[in-house]
Amino acid sequence: MSHVNVTLTVNGTEHTVSVHPMARLLDVLRTEVGLTGTKEGCGEGECGACSVFIDGVLTNACLVPVLSASGTTIQTVEGLEGAAETLGPLQQAFIETGGAQCGICTPGMLVAAASLLRRNPDPSDAQIREGLAGNLCRCTGYTRIVESVVDAARRMKEARS
Amino acid sequence: MRGYLPDYELRAPASVDEALETMAQAPGQWRPLAGGTDVMVELAAGKLPPGKFLSIWQLPELRGITLDDDHAILGALTTYSDVRDHAGMAAEYPMLVQAARESGAIAIQNRGTLGGNIVNASPAADSPPALLAYGAQIELASVRGRRWVDYRGFHTGYKQMGRQPDELLTRIRMPRTPGGAGALHDYRKVGTRKAQAISKVCLAALGRLDDGKVAYLRAGVGSVAPVPLDLVKTEAALLGKTLDAATIDAAVAVAEAEVTPIDDIRSTARYRAVVSRNLVRDFLTALAAGETGARVHD
Repeated sequence: MSHVNVTLTVNGTEHTVSVHPMARLLDVLRTEVGLTGTKEGCGEGECGACSVFIDGVLTNACLVPVLSASGTTIQTVEGLEGAAETLGPLQQAFIETGGAQCGICTPGMLVAAASLLRRNPDPSDAQIREGLAGNLCRCTGYTRIVESVVDAARRMKEARS
Repeated sequence: MRGYLPDYELRAPASVDEALETMAQAPGQWRPLAGGTDVMVELAAGKLPPGKFLSIWQLPELRGITLDDDHAILGALTTYSDVRDHAGMAAEYPMLVQAARESGAIAIQNRGTLGGNIVNASPAADSPPALLAYGAQIELASVRGRRWVDYRGFHTGYKQMGRQPDELLTRIRMPRTPGGAGALHDYRKVGTRKAQAISKVCLAALGRLDDGKVAYLRAGVGSVAPVPLDLVKTEAALLGKTLDAATIDAAVAVAEAEVTPIDDIRSTARYRAVVSRNLVRDFLTALAAGETGARVHD
């Protein structure tokens, strides 16, 4: 089957790409749109390294055929608040609290954490663990990541007050 | 190795009618693709047979949860997150909510659909036992018309089901106040961890006592048979009976004889048989003790 044109709005910019309709959104973001922050870990929806927002909804980009995302608005880790030149409170918290080590899970952790904090600005540890249950990390043992999200929630609360 | 994209065709029909027309022109050749949480995993693993797919994800007609006097009606594209976020589901169908909570993690729950869970027909899926226990019916649509069928009996063998090649699963409905007022709802999934893990065994059981006798009982079990299994013999053995120790022992033996688990990568037949027995016993013991409402296992 030949390629089709698919239009996506990614981090505020509209892109029309010519791709196979079954191509994974993950691959389209990385190779056609040129945003390589979204990582591939397992490729089967277990690890969360490819987490993005589609129309505001947390999604594993490895499980989305690009045609199913036609016309949607996508936010990747590069488009998170404060991510372009300055870091937002979430990224800053991950750096200072030790939530990032090797880095492969970090983009997905940040996107999943952002999703959680949008729904629940003051989550408990148990809620953080549930919110990040679909994101695997082989370095940190997760404790520092949970602490980073607690730290981020505190920073965001301070920024609001 | 990942599937080779030129082996696949994917179209996005603009409406359910267009999807049905396409399916009618080449019955059995077009496989509906909803949230992608099963199909795309097969693609990544190189296990997806080449073929034609219809992306139905963006059809609003297949979304939404509504409650009328008789039924809760859920579009086939209702996601686990939709179920979790709906107050009416929590009030009357807590086992379905619990199944949704324990399927995958948030990103999967945002994408995985009830319709997909049914039609993918994995005996290990988490929502079918709850749908069986709640007496669900499913709507199958084709250009020939629409029909409601009982979900019980829909799965006829491993990955075999009573859907015609040109039919699309469009809606699911469950009777209101399932089991009657004062029923006990017990959903329990046993897996390696709370999130992401696929079940070793999961039980959804709904029962109610009247004057100490079993007035209502329906149970579905996952991962213990080639299909999501109804415990029909266990139900028949208990209806109208007083739940004393001997009756519970006998019913547990019937349940153990009803399941036909196998050894696979996630567990063993023996473990599954023992856990099935224990889950049924635990549910019946709680029912006999007068527990009602949704049991919590967190």
